[in-house]
Amino acid sequence: MAVCVAVIAKENYPLYIRSTPTENELKFHYMVHTSLDVVDEKISAMGKALVDQRELYLGLLYPTEDYKVYGYVTNSKVKFVMVVDSSNTALRDNEIRSMFRKLHNSYTDVMCNPFYNPGDRIQSRFVCLGRAFDNMVTSMMIPVC
Amino acid sequence: MADAVLFEFLHTEMVAELWAHDPDPGPGDNIWRWLLPLESWGQNMNLSVLESVGFRVGQALGERLPREMLAFREELDVLKFLCKDLWLAIFQKQMDSLRTNHQGTYVLQDNSFPLLLPMAAGLQYLEEAPKFLAFTCGLLRGALCTLGIESVVTASVAALPGCKFQVVIQNS
Repeated sequence: MAVCVAVIAKENYPLYIRSTPTENELKFHYMVHTSLDVVDEKISAMGKALVDQRELYLGLLYPTEDYKVYGYVTNSKVKFVMVVDSSNTALRDNEIRSMFRKLHNSYTDVMCNPFYNPGDRIQSRFVCLGRAFDNMVTSMMIPVC
Repeated sequence: MADAVLFEFLHTEMVAELWAHDPDPGPGDNIWRWLLPLESWGQNMNLSVLESVGFRVGQALGERLPREMLAFREELDVLKFLCKDLWLAIFQKQMDSLRTNHQGTYVLQDNSFPLLLPMAAGLQYLEEAPKFLAFTCGLLRGALCTLGIESVVTASVAALPGCKFQVVIQNS
């Protein structure tokens, strides 16, 4: 299960960022920020490589001693970054991919909401706006034990 | 099959409603306004409202439609996506031709544009046609914007129901 989930806009500012242990949030913010460099590197490598692999899922960005960071970029250059606990029995690649797919679907739903202005933060303050997105992220972050 | 018709009806009503909306009366007497030709009554304002509605819809579609597709590698891929997948999703047909001068200008040509088909074929309603193209111009611009391309989209009609959309990429 994810420890921190972040949605980052095309211009590299966060649209949504949430982490489970509410103390030490800054550490996760910092990790997400540093992972953006890795994401950019992978995107530019994808553009130059003549291989036909133009997948949206970027895979493991970098591992630290406690956490692993995974990335995913959409066609509209919106990046999803997920930080997962390393001590967790290693989540299979498929599970991470399916989590990203759910994230992408929810993000698309938020985008299609007429009350959402593209570029705003995704907040669940207004009842209909970010509540579904928030709930979906919560379901991904509930700890297993 | 019924889905396409719903959008056509909605679009027709949108144009009729936003066109019939009276602009703010000027400082002069209301009665003198009737002497002005119909086209000058806030024409530009209403078309830009239609275009911005299309822009927002295009942004949402640009997010939803390419979801299962692989990443676009270059500009031409994005334009091809517009001509094939976007047009297919909205109008159930593909664009008839795409031309470019390789310097940032693309011309997309549709020989039987579904929103113009119900009107007469030929030159009969040529002056009315631009109203019905504003929404689609905004749609193209919005989809391009989500996919990372700033552009200016204009449309022109030589003879109904064919029309051309010209996309000029704004380089920063």
